Order: sequence, then structure tokens, then C-alpha cells
Amino acid sequence: MNTLFDKIWDSHVVSMIEDGPTQLYIDRLYCHEVTSPQAFDGLRARGVKCLRPERIFCMPDHNTPTHDQDKPIEDPVSKAQVDALERNAREFGLTHYGMMDPDNGIIHVVGPEKGLSLPGMTIVCGDSHTSTHGAMGAVAFGIGTSEVEMVLASQCILQQKPKSMSIRVEGKLGPGVTAKDVALWLMMKLTTSGATGYFVEYRGSAVRSLSMEGRLTLCNLSIEMGARGGFVAPDETTFEYLKGREYAPKGEAWDKAVAYWKTLRSGDDAVFDKELVFDAAEIPPMITYGTNPGMGMPVDGSIPAGAAQKSLDYMGFSAGQKLLGHKVDYVFLGACTNGRIEDFRAFASIVRGKKKADGVTAWLVPGSWAVRRQIEEEGLDKVGTPARLLRLPRDERRQDSRRQIQRLHQQP
Amino acid sequence: MKQKFDIIESTCVPLPLENVDTDQIIPARFLKATTRDEKFFGDNLFRDWRFDKDGKPRENFVLNTPAFGVKPSEGNRQILVAGKNFGSGSSREHAAWAIAGYGFRVVISSFFADIHKNNELNNFVLPVVVSEGFLAELFAGIAADPDLKVRVDVPAQTVTNLATGKSERFELNGYKKYCLLNALDDIDYLLEQKAKIEAFEQKRKD
Repeated sequence: MNTLFDKIWDSHVVSMIEDGPTQLYIDRLYCHEVTSPQAFDGLRARGVKCLRPERIFCMPDHNTPTHDQDKPIEDPVSKAQVDALERNAREFGLTHYGMMDPDNGIIHVVGPEKGLSLPGMTIVCGDSHTSTHGAMGAVAFGIGTSEVEMVLASQCILQQKPKSMSIRVEGKLGPGVTAKDVALWLMMKLTTSGATGYFVEYRGSAVRSLSMEGRLTLCNLSIEMGARGGFVAPDETTFEYLKGREYAPKGEAWDKAVAYWKTLRSGDDAVFDKELVFDAAEIPPMITYGTNPGMGMPVDGSIPAGAAQKSLDYMGFSAGQKLLGHKVDYVFLGACTNGRIEDFRAFASIVRGKKKADGVTAWLVPGSWAVRRQIEEEGLDKVGTPARLLRLPRDERRQDSRRQIQRLHQQP
Repeated sequence: MKQKFDIIESTCVPLPLENVDTDQIIPARFLKATTRDEKFFGDNLFRDWRFDKDGKPRENFVLNTPAFGVKPSEGNRQILVAGKNFGSGSSREHAAWAIAGYGFRVVISSFFADIHKNNELNNFVLPVVVSEGFLAELFAGIAADPDLKVRVDVPAQTVTNLATGKSERFELNGYKKYCLLNALDDIDYLLEQKAKIEAFEQKRKD
């Protein structure tokens, strides 16, 4: 009771259906090409329009090529889905950031960077990693296609309220320990189903010390612990990040919004269904050795005895083995978890002045055009070797810098 | 697919097997379809029990027998009676589409897998949970008289074996009952709530 989750959830309850689910108001719906076509078909069959088109934003970001985005999509199934989204957005009057639009990118990167995802909001999308937007201090979660149709039609969904969990990480994170290490460490402790049925609030001084990019990464990976979603209460870091963003409130409205956002915190008397406390100093840089993200260990550790043999066989590892010193085959930076500017700054700081070893394949994939532009502005693509790591040849990059954008196909 | 429920009185199709999973209801290879074509899924209900590899009907499967193989119609073979733990396994909604597409309106069992039960409700097939004893007596009754009728009264939430007159009450949450009685799905329900939604938005503005 009196948790921030309760506050946001309860303030969006339109009605409690007697002997049934809750009707919850949704502030923001994001649609991508894979999980929306049947929902739009449903609206057409019912002869219904979108109730609040201004609250809905569409962009293809799953079934899309990582490079050569200016060329026609080769795979006919992908092309049909991407084309359908554009058609549907036009027909129903929704904002659509198409493939070559300067605002396109992975929804979970674009939403925060445009100020579309704001504190106190309810946010849904037909994608489990919608939990990412929880970093803004919002209740954000993934939904199915039939629920996408509900929101398109009524800006509401019918849901049972999940249980609440507090994960408090107190203290100072060690050198080289990032938000992703925190998430992998939590998964190692809790397993990939440890938070099933819960909505997680991340709290404590170590969480407060994370940048917005770090919080986005942490909340993104809530799903990998089985949680429905995860969020961080908004604070000065959040307000600083949001100020001046395209869709963030401006002027007097901004002051009013910040005053309200400051009230968005769990009460001192808040009671969670489950509470966990961890010491930040215990969290090391992490590495995974298996076939699910819960199979992690300290980067300098040894694969534990008792690790699933089937996974180890698949990976070609054995229990007791160290991974430090093991040859690297691939480097990948990107996706909705780590495709933001801070990730590229961290990468640049590591590779500056160094050369890529032969035999290493590297993919650096900014999560949006905006991230790509920022990389260029900061000259991160020119810190010695990273430019050479990009897959596209230099001359092609000079011809059209926008073609350099490379993105991961993020699965729903 | 969407149809009103009131009182259904019909003969049954018995499937006295336990743990019938969704892959038996509709095999995985039929999931590639991108539309929700009811006839397609109905035609392939229990596909590998109904037909052999060459598509020839397997004579002894219940849906291929003269007594039980007729397509469901008003009062006739609209009720599937199945053994315990019906619809376990994969959460595929296609299983409910296949049952609805074939023409069943009610499935009676002593236990349903949770997700499948909801999938049935969302596709206007009513899952009716009865006691083990009621189910055993029903199977025995149908074996003795294939034309035994069962009465399912949705408003009263009762199921009656008309051969013995024995009756039981079944569970149905109030919201879903309202939806079934009025042939409404969740989206219809939400579309009816426009005034409430607008009032909520107005209240938030103030």
C-alpha cells in the first residue's frame, strides 16, 4: 500500500469492474509493425476509429533491416508488415516515424529521447521490453495484440493489478560496474523467473546514482527477471534529462509538471508485497556463460558447478572454466537495452587509440537516428578504431552518413 | 464467433480422455496461418486424431462415427464432454478458435488448464467445470444413450444431466457472464464505456 506503483496505477483506474478486471486508462500507446496489424484489422471489422489518436505513436523497429534502410526491404513478409503499419497509421490518423524518418529508431530508445514517455504515465506497447520506459518514473508494460486493439479503440485496457516488489540497491557501485551489471547480478541472484507476477520499483542510493541511460537499461531488463515491469521514481536526474525535449511540457506547464512529478514517490509507510535489499559494493562487473541471461557470473569468475549441462554443451564450455582470457569472436553494441549515447561514449572510451584484432566481427548499432547524429556530433565515430569497426565501407559512409545507422532486429 | 448465451439444451460429443493438450486440439503446424479463419481451424480440430497422414478420416475417432460425427446444430452435438485437465500445454489461442470454428458452444470437464479456459471464454465457447462424479455419470449416460441431452443455463449458472435430472452450479465471473449473455467481448465492453472514459479525462484535467 502507498507505493509509487499504487499511486500511478490507482490514478489511472477508470472503473473497477465488479467481479472482474480493472479498466485502466493508458496515456501512451506505441505501435510497431509486428504486433499491430491484426489489431488494426479488428478496428476496421468493427468500424471503429481510434479514440485518442494523439496519444498513439507508430514506428517500424522489429522486422527491419539493420543497414541499407534507404533501399526497398528484400524480405516480402517484413516489407508487408512495415508497409501495413504506415498504411494503418495514415488511415487512423496516427503519428508515424517511417524507416528513413529522422525520428525513427527503436521505440524504447525514441520514446524517452523525444519526451514522449513522462513520469506518472501509463505506457503500453505490444513488446515485453516496454518496461524500459519505467526509467522515466512511469508504469510501462508489454501487452498482447488483442490488448493493442483495446487501447487503439478506447485508450483503456482491462487488467488485473500485479503485485509490487521493492528492489533496493544501497551504496556505491564499484569502478566499471554499469546498470547492466546490476541487472545481470540481480538475475543471477533471483533467476529469470524470480520476479514473475510482480511490478518492480528499483530504489536505493546506487539506483539514484544511475544516469537516465543506466536506468533505462536496468528497467529494460526487468522482463528478464520475469517481472511485468520495473521503474525508478522520478528525481532531478529525470527532470534534467527531460527538460527541453520535444514532447516534454514547456514554460508554465513544465513547472507545474515538475511540481507534480516531485510527489511521485513511495510513501515512507509504503508496504510492498515483496522487499529485497542488496549491497552495491557486492556487485562486480558481470559476464554470462550460458543460454539465458540468468546464467551470469563475475567477469573474473569460474563457471559454477551445477550449471545446466545442456547450456554448457551448447556454448562449448565446462563447469569450473574461466571466461577471462577467452577469445572474443563478436562484439555487439546496440538494441533496446544498450543502444543509447552513453553506451557509445563508454565504448569509445575503451577503444580509443586501439586497433581491432583480426577475426573479431563488430557491430555497433545506434538505437535511433538521433543517437547516430549525437555520435557524429561528439566525434565518437572517429576515435581511432571504432570507425573501422563499423560494418559499412568508408566511402559509402561518406556518401550518405544516414546510411551508417545500423540497428538490431529486436524480437517481441 | 460472437454469439449470445442463454440456455443451451443439446446432445453431446464424448471425449473421455484426460490431459488433452492444445497440440492435440490443433497441431503446431497450423499456427503459421496469419488470419483467424474459423472454418480453417474448425476443419483441423483434433486433426491428427481425426485424419491419418493422407487426410483419410480415422473411422474409430468419435467425430468420425455416425452417431457423433454430425456437425453441431441447434440442440445437436453442441457440447463437447472431455476428461480432466482439458487444454493443457501451449497457450495458443488457436485451440479455442478450432473448437469454436467446429461449432461447439460448450465444453464440459472436471478441470481446464487456466490459459485455455480464458481463451475459450474470449472466443465465445463456455467452459463448464463439473465434479468428477457428475462427469463420470455423464460419460456413462452418453455411452448408454448417445442422444442424452444436457442443459446449460448460463443466467442461472447451472448444468443439468437431463437423463438423471442431476444438476450442478458452475463458476463464471460476473463480468464474463455479462459479456456472454450480451455477446460482447472486451473491446465491445470498452467501447460502451466512452462516457466513463471521457469523465475520467475531464476529471484529470481539472
